[in-house]
Amino acid sequence: MASLGSIAWSSVGKKVITGITGLALFGFVCVHLLGNLTLLIGPNAFNSYAHFLETAAHGWLIYAFEVYIIAVFLFHIVSAVTVAWTDKRKARQAGYKYSRDAGGKSRKSLASRSMIYTGAILLVFIIGHIFLFKFNGGNPHTLDEHGYKDLYKVVDEVFASLGFVIFTVVSMILLGLHLRHGFWSAFQSLGWANDRYLPLLENLARVVAVVIAVGYIILPIYMHLTQPGGH
Amino acid sequence: MSDKGMTIHLKIWRQARGAKTGKFVDYTVQNIQPAMSFLEMLDILNEDLVKKGEEAVEFDSDCREGICGTCGLVIKGTAHGPHAATTTCEVRMRGFKDGETITVEPFRAGPFPVIKDLVVDRTAFDRIQQQGGYVSANVGSAPDGNAVPVSKYYADKAMDVASCIGCGACVAACPNASASLFVSAKISQLSRLPQGGLERGRRALAMVAQMDQEGFGDCSNHGECEAVCPKEISIENIALMRREYMRGALKGD
Repeated sequence: MASLGSIAWSSVGKKVITGITGLALFGFVCVHLLGNLTLLIGPNAFNSYAHFLETAAHGWLIYAFEVYIIAVFLFHIVSAVTVAWTDKRKARQAGYKYSRDAGGKSRKSLASRSMIYTGAILLVFIIGHIFLFKFNGGNPHTLDEHGYKDLYKVVDEVFASLGFVIFTVVSMILLGLHLRHGFWSAFQSLGWANDRYLPLLENLARVVAVVIAVGYIILPIYMHLTQPGGH
Repeated sequence: MSDKGMTIHLKIWRQARGAKTGKFVDYTVQNIQPAMSFLEMLDILNEDLVKKGEEAVEFDSDCREGICGTCGLVIKGTAHGPHAATTTCEVRMRGFKDGETITVEPFRAGPFPVIKDLVVDRTAFDRIQQQGGYVSANVGSAPDGNAVPVSKYYADKAMDVASCIGCGACVAACPNASASLFVSAKISQLSRLPQGGLERGRRALAMVAQMDQEGFGDCSNHGECEAVCPKEISIENIALMRREYMRGALKGD
């Protein structure tokens, strides 16, 4: 009987890990977007939402979630890099001198080819994003009039810079591109697909990619245009 | 095109037996008729080469009617040539222009080492088949008609994948050199039928393990395999293979 380790790290196991963690990250991306949309309501809504997250279950919720999401990220990165980089390179060391995409029924696209690159850029974005917003670039947080951490001010200050707005917009377009392939591909990797609804999943991936990217792009642009100092 | 037929320029991969790599060599063939097959064009090239005392270009072919899975070339950058749902032997010269330059390469993948020129060793597929691409349960001699209930739907689905001829174009076209479409076709064909369904979990685990051991890459769901497959086998079978694999893993087969 095959060991659990050899099953999890087989070519199929790696796809299942990448798919499950990808869907988990997609879930986070959706919830995070909904939460961040409170920025559009105003400083009080955003700061009290953040305060709720930081104090829920006596502050344990956010720590538990951080452990969970870091683990998900690590599994996603390790399995995906093995599939799309290490194993890929090992399997065809003498490459084609001249090759073309097959076209027709192929799903190969800019999105599918660039998964590892869009993923790598998003990782850089996420590290910078956490440093700037969660840790306020290393500076202590100020409090708003309700005694909550004034995270709205942090966001406002970061997006005063046009450079950060552009970096965020570009990163979110790449997130859309990543989801354009990743969303339907996750279902295929988990075996939750057949000819009947593969086309539906692929179309849903297009919608998801646009909705998530546009949702996240609105925020930095809105924050930049409503400078200075918010409402 | 003159009455003398087409002139075709070829860039063909030549690799000596036992050599680690090779190179493109340019050839020109004349008097090619549009109704000729691509392999007949190569036959003419080889006749010319032999007459000149040069070594013929090695390539695989057998039935030359698209049913055996022996032939397989990467023509103009695409496995089995630019047309969908065809094997290399079904490629006709009418699909090319007079004076065109055509590159011809072997199927490239680590587990498909080049034997010579355009001939590759695909016995890795045989070794995967030997791990479970069969029914080992004793099911007796041919049963009476309708004695084994099989629904029309599953019979059709099994027949669709049974049309896999094991040519290896899926591996050749895959950016990751994955054998997932081939292996999934075999798993799908057997697991959908009553006799084959008996060993479905063990089969999926064993065939996937052998596929990995041979050094094929992992699937990235690009779907290039389905686009070049001469039998148009769908990637839905790769999803099925993953279900079968997880089912086998969960059941402890």
